[in-house]
Amino acid sequence: MSKHSSGAKRLKNESIMKKPMKRWSPLFIGPTLVAFVIGFIWPFIRGFGLSFTKFRTTSDAKFLGFGHLFDNYVNAFKDPSFLHAFWYTALFTIVSVILINVLAFAVAYALTQKIKGSNLFRTVFFMPNLIGGIVLGYIWSMIFDGVLSHMNTSILLETKYGFWGLIVLLCWQQIGYMMIIYIAGLQAVPEDMLEAARIDGATKWQTLTKVTIPNVMPSITICTFLTLSNGFKLFDQNLALTGGQPFNFKADGSVVKTTEMLALNIYNTFYGQNTSARGTAQAKAVLFFILVAALGLIQLSYTRKREVEQ
Amino acid sequence: MAQNLNSKENKAKLILTIFFALLALIWVYPVLLVLINSFKVNTYVKTNTFSFPVGEMFAGFQNFLKGMTFGNYPFIKSALYSFLITIGSTVLILLCTAMTGWYIARVDDKFCRLIYLICVFSMVVPFQMVMFTLSKTADVLKLNTPWTIPVIYLGFGAGLAIFMFVGFVKGVPKEIEEAAAIDGCGPVRTFFSIVLPILKPTLISVGILEIMWIWNDYLLPYLVLDRTKFMTIPIHIQYLKGSYGTVDLGATMALILMSIIPVIIFYLSCQKYIIKGVAAGAVKG
Repeated sequence: MSKHSSGAKRLKNESIMKKPMKRWSPLFIGPTLVAFVIGFIWPFIRGFGLSFTKFRTTSDAKFLGFGHLFDNYVNAFKDPSFLHAFWYTALFTIVSVILINVLAFAVAYALTQKIKGSNLFRTVFFMPNLIGGIVLGYIWSMIFDGVLSHMNTSILLETKYGFWGLIVLLCWQQIGYMMIIYIAGLQAVPEDMLEAARIDGATKWQTLTKVTIPNVMPSITICTFLTLSNGFKLFDQNLALTGGQPFNFKADGSVVKTTEMLALNIYNTFYGQNTSARGTAQAKAVLFFILVAALGLIQLSYTRKREVEQ
Repeated sequence: MAQNLNSKENKAKLILTIFFALLALIWVYPVLLVLINSFKVNTYVKTNTFSFPVGEMFAGFQNFLKGMTFGNYPFIKSALYSFLITIGSTVLILLCTAMTGWYIARVDDKFCRLIYLICVFSMVVPFQMVMFTLSKTADVLKLNTPWTIPVIYLGFGAGLAIFMFVGFVKGVPKEIEEAAAIDGCGPVRTFFSIVLPILKPTLISVGILEIMWIWNDYLLPYLVLDRTKFMTIPIHIQYLKGSYGTVDLGATMALILMSIIPVIIFYLSCQKYIIKGVAAGAVKG
């Protein structure tokens, strides 16, 4: 790379560009930085701070005091609907990550075997990604209810239909997306390695598991990471397909929305009837952020170890 | 022997093609159902979802007419705001983050590295973490209109865009830019006449990803926009389904169809770029 050529000349040249660029920094990074502070940095810091206060709006926040510093977090863990949403989301995500990745890889593998019409199929399978989550939810609620109404039930009436319905929806939407990434990975597998395996008499299955899969490990990492965080962050589709229904009314007056996932649970806590629960909602949001961020990092470092460095 | 193997392989490929053709039909079926049901009289949508709208089931364009003014808010207005927000935000994001990405990659001092780190960090932060405070901040700063919401999108969506631009610029040799600098070309001119054309593939990739995100985004505009005045297509559809007890399913399907048509046109006309953009965004992100 040119980066490493003739150090002295590079140093000299760098200063030629850097100095005038820095003079123009208000133009180059100013607008982005201002928007970044408004749209991300400040809300993030403020949100984190609010999780230690009691508030209805951002202006009436009262610090909980050091003795009660983690009250909002304690309340979040005491909330049965939050715990339910957590386990429901975890189960949903595990099932969807496995299904989507296995199916997307299978489709990508088959479509890279030089079959007729593979470009057309690729176009069709990717298409649902352009439709937004809300619209997807209503399309599929029409389809599921079209089937279930003949059995005198509805997707809103039984948890198991809500669960599997959302799985079907998400598979329909995301298989095409992951397929594109897997195809890019499969096309980058060096042809001579496959050729060598063939000459050595490896079966198709051996070639797949010993040559192809180790070589597409980076794609598998990316897709697993993406589907994992997509599953945990799912909101629009959940809201539009079932909105958490059916509801389970407990004896103590609390309500567990049986198909409500984490993101929707946080949203409902923020904007539900009980505005005094907003501190708890913000604490839930912080926990949710830690979970999503940690999952991403753990998963990434785990699969990176098994990647084949080219 | 070789001949035999070859024909066996061809047969297998033919079977695969037939299998995928069927699967592709299943894949477009939900969209076809929307088309079919948008011409169906409301009461039949639930009971006869899978049959063609013939005879008394056929509603003509009535669902479309009804849908246009459904819920006391003209659908065309939502559609226009959706266009405005998507295009405005995408243009702003592309312009600002391309400049920032170039600056970060080339200047590369401590401050740049800090911004870059925060950008990568922002990519793993779920929207729920900031949604309450972000919508309040937007209210206070009067960023709650379709003309100003691009600033919010730039702020919340800058992470991935900057990440991709920095990655791309680092792979581009800077000799051309340096030559321009030696010839007395200032950074602003260098950026617009030299760097921007080189960035074109990444501009397209980032642009596609942003368009797909913003056009379909529901929660951010729902919380940020002044809802009594402004709606986008996803907000409009959710509003109809969410707040009306018994919903006219036929009219809803007509609206959904109208909201899908521009997306399908966009997809079919830029398909090559979309698929490339997604692959690029994923590989780098």
